[in-house]
Amino acid sequence: MQPGPARAHRDVARGRRPAGVLGVVRAIVFVVSLGPLLRLVVLGAGDGLGANPVEFVTRSLGTWTLVFLCLGLAISPLRWLGAPAAIVRLRRMLGLYAFFYASLHFLMYLWLDQWFDWRAIVADIVERPFIAAGFVAWLLMIPLALTSNRFAMRRLGSRWQLLHRLVYLLVPAGVLHFWWHKAGKNDIGEPAIYALIVALLLLARVVRRARRVGPPDQAGPASRVRSSA
Amino acid sequence: MLIRTRSQHPVQPSEITPSAAFGRRREILRAATAAGLLPVAAALARPARANPAPQRLEAGPSPLSTDEPRTSYEDVTSYNNFYEFGTGKDDPSRHAHQMPTRPWTISIEGAVAKPGVYDIDTLLGLASLEERVYRMRCVEGWSMVIPWVGYSLSELVRRVEPRGDAKYIEFATLADEASMPGLRTRVLLWPYVEGLRMDEAMHPLALLCFGLYGDVLPGQNGAPVRIVVPWKYGFKSGKSLVAIRFVEKQPMTSWHIAAPHEYGFYSNVNPDVPHPRWSQATERRIGEDGFLSRKRKTLMFNGYAEQVASLYAGMDLRRQF
Repeated sequence: MQPGPARAHRDVARGRRPAGVLGVVRAIVFVVSLGPLLRLVVLGAGDGLGANPVEFVTRSLGTWTLVFLCLGLAISPLRWLGAPAAIVRLRRMLGLYAFFYASLHFLMYLWLDQWFDWRAIVADIVERPFIAAGFVAWLLMIPLALTSNRFAMRRLGSRWQLLHRLVYLLVPAGVLHFWWHKAGKNDIGEPAIYALIVALLLLARVVRRARRVGPPDQAGPASRVRSSA
Repeated sequence: MLIRTRSQHPVQPSEITPSAAFGRRREILRAATAAGLLPVAAALARPARANPAPQRLEAGPSPLSTDEPRTSYEDVTSYNNFYEFGTGKDDPSRHAHQMPTRPWTISIEGAVAKPGVYDIDTLLGLASLEERVYRMRCVEGWSMVIPWVGYSLSELVRRVEPRGDAKYIEFATLADEASMPGLRTRVLLWPYVEGLRMDEAMHPLALLCFGLYGDVLPGQNGAPVRIVVPWKYGFKSGKSLVAIRFVEKQPMTSWHIAAPHEYGFYSNVNPDVPHPRWSQATERRIGEDGFLSRKRKTLMFNGYAEQVASLYAGMDLRRQF
């Protein structure tokens, strides 16, 4: 029985305030996570966004979305490797930052790239798999962001974790979005790095599950649901 | 045949002071002075020779120039696709100075009466240089207005006297592993090859280009000699040419080999034929009104339809894209 994630989930659901050290760590992570946005603002103010600022900003926001998704996915494996249980309490913030950067990334596309030309946008999403993959990934993030609060956790109970397994769908969709964007120019070095990281993070879950699901006396169905986050 | 030019960078690696010695230069000087060995120390501490200042190219105006506002020199030389130096837009400007561009020769090969190896200085003097301000539309959806310096490619083609079986021209560009870090990746088949149909190459707009903003081309823009075909997507305009081949069959060009469904041989700018991954209907003009500028409509043949549309009469440009 691994009480960590499940207990943390219960703690968050019950609204327990984080302890002192954790509170400080969360404050630091919160501020540091604003760094990528701050950097863009500073670069923009200093004319440092290069010849194609819209492209620069859009791509930077997309990259940071992937980074935060990977960080969020890394929490459970880190726990299994012996990191303190409390890091689970950082996951919601990392996930919400991923959604924040993804939304800004999408907004850049809608506004400064397409100028809210809805016909062109719909055509883009329908006709181009690379846009569709990114759009689907962002769409799937919405219910997760909306149910990231204590109230939704309490209301949904065990269904909450089921719902939040959408992350296993949306992160690969996000990587695919990046991969397809670069694939036509054969430039898959960077997406390959993210694909590898995500594959490892997902593989860690498969391995753990395979180990734990063996004979039924070793792990009951309840613990399987709880521990697969 | 591919001409491999020896590294002729003004600073030979052997001339550069080892960093360990440089770090201890004062110490070495002091010790050397004490020992009466100052001449030796001076040799050790010899400063690296600076790169020569950009060389001006005298060029007259051309009626083929557009009077649209020019994209800044800064943007034209810092936002480049030149994958031999890396796939990032800033990779070429960071690495291209390593490329040896003198001496330089172009090998003229294939179905011509006068094949041979032509020196860059010979080529520079072959016809009078003109400043041609052209729109440049990248397949990625951005564009610039660039004052190139050169003369019509046809001037060179005529002088080497193509034979009747020369139907296409193939351009091979430099692949120098010592100066081009991007060659280590397999993004494309190196050396980069582009091509034109003979009538396209003979069109006066097709430019054999040596300069930019009145100076010799910077490395990242294709020094010392490139072609510029303004009615086609930018990747058709091969940089740092080392060979021009006159051939009978349509050349297999690098991007076409890499992704045949995305990049056709012709690759004429065409707002009606979308790239599989994005629309080509609009483009972002680099440097135009900053961050909040709207994209502009892309024009058929990049606005050169009046001059070049007749080259493609009767062709289905959706299929032969």
